[in-house]
Amino acid sequence: MRAGVLCLQGAFREHCEVFATLGADVVEVRTPKHLTDLDALVLPGGESSTISHLLVTSGLREPLSQAIRNGLPTLGTCAGLIVLANEVLDGRPDQEPLCAIDLTARRNAYGRQVDSFEAPLDVKDLVGESFPGVFIRAPVIERVGPGVEVLAMHDDRAVLAREGNVWVTTFHPELANDFRIHEYFLQEVAA
Amino acid sequence: MSEPRAIGTARVKRGLAEMLRGGVIMDVVTPEQAKVAEDAGATAVMALERVPSDIRRDGGVARMSDPSMIDGIQAVVTIPVMAKCRIGHFAEAQVLESLGVDYVDESEVLTPADEAHHIDKWTFTVPFVCGATNLGEALRRISEGACLIRSKGEAGTGNIVEAVRHLRSILGDIKALTVAPSEEIYRWAKELQAPVDLVAEVAERGELPVPMFCAGGIATPADASLVMQMGAQAVFVGSGIFKSEQPEVMAKAIVEAATHFADPSIIAKVSSGLGAAMPGAEIASLEVRLAERGW
Repeated sequence: MRAGVLCLQGAFREHCEVFATLGADVVEVRTPKHLTDLDALVLPGGESSTISHLLVTSGLREPLSQAIRNGLPTLGTCAGLIVLANEVLDGRPDQEPLCAIDLTARRNAYGRQVDSFEAPLDVKDLVGESFPGVFIRAPVIERVGPGVEVLAMHDDRAVLAREGNVWVTTFHPELANDFRIHEYFLQEVAA
Repeated sequence: MSEPRAIGTARVKRGLAEMLRGGVIMDVVTPEQAKVAEDAGATAVMALERVPSDIRRDGGVARMSDPSMIDGIQAVVTIPVMAKCRIGHFAEAQVLESLGVDYVDESEVLTPADEAHHIDKWTFTVPFVCGATNLGEALRRISEGACLIRSKGEAGTGNIVEAVRHLRSILGDIKALTVAPSEEIYRWAKELQAPVDLVAEVAERGELPVPMFCAGGIATPADASLVMQMGAQAVFVGSGIFKSEQPEVMAKAIVEAATHFADPSIIAKVSSGLGAAMPGAEIASLEVRLAERGW
């Protein structure tokens, strides 16, 4: 299993560590040549405006978008969700999302950093206790399309969802010291 | 909003610092500069009234910025906004928290308000970043609740030499700690003037328990590449952008350098045709050494 992690900016190191712990070969994706032969891809948290900018300057935007459309299993966390969404509210005007999952995300919808929070989440099909949700200047999913399956909610809003090969979270599973969501994702990729 | 939630936890405070890794945090003094920074791909801006090189030139007491100025910058950008308070000035920090800044920098660039104490940062919901010149200073700040450490360098000089010295000192001691026999941890704690449990944690992990960025003297893409290859996880650029000849171009170049820091061909490409970097200063010629502030 070759798991690529987009390493342009943000909390990519934690995703690499989780995948390595789960036995995947981790590929740090910084330029288009790193996209070859991947079985899965993660778009990490960070600043979505910075990551969008660096996707263009690195030449990754088009080949990465194509790979996702061709079915590459992809997990986007927080800023990664904003990059993957069909529609982004309160973003920068030049921030064009990749339109890889049919939902509408609103940036920083909970407020500023002082409003960042932790909350326990019940995730569909996850056995054991609730998952520790870490929400940092998190986006809110305001609308999900008919093809999107919601796997976890908080305060009546989807916080973990998937449509086909694309998975998104508004929180940070990589900061939770709990590998179950990464494991779940990799199991589905292997299946 | 009915479901339970916990705000201001160590995990969410340190977590924002983790989100800023691999990026560039830029000093800005106006909303226009904040837009330039965001357009260039900055991960955050530091809102202040004067960049360090101007503080150095003007002398006098440097204080927290006017709240209306910080407010003006918050209104025009979507990225996190940081602001500085004086060392030990917890009332300024309270004001900044009430304004909703995303990170407070308890900074030696401003004139210290307390000659013996830093702020008890655990009592705040907003996270703090603090400077350090050596491992002991970094661990004292972490013990007071800092969630992000930046090596201090010498702000406002455009001279990278102090940043390199501080990084080498911090990272060198961390490396030495990882191979120290357990009985030596107690002597290290005594010499570093830092809590023994934090010293033991660093020895175990081989790194600080919070992210470490670099500040003070970064003026070119190659400077960013240098400190990030040494082990800094992101960079703060103060005077280096808006005191350069072409701030927009310099800002974009340093953003790319922070991502591709290990690829010399990309550093070469983004370093081409930048115009003049900020004018620099020899450390020996300085009247005030900002890095010496902090206890």
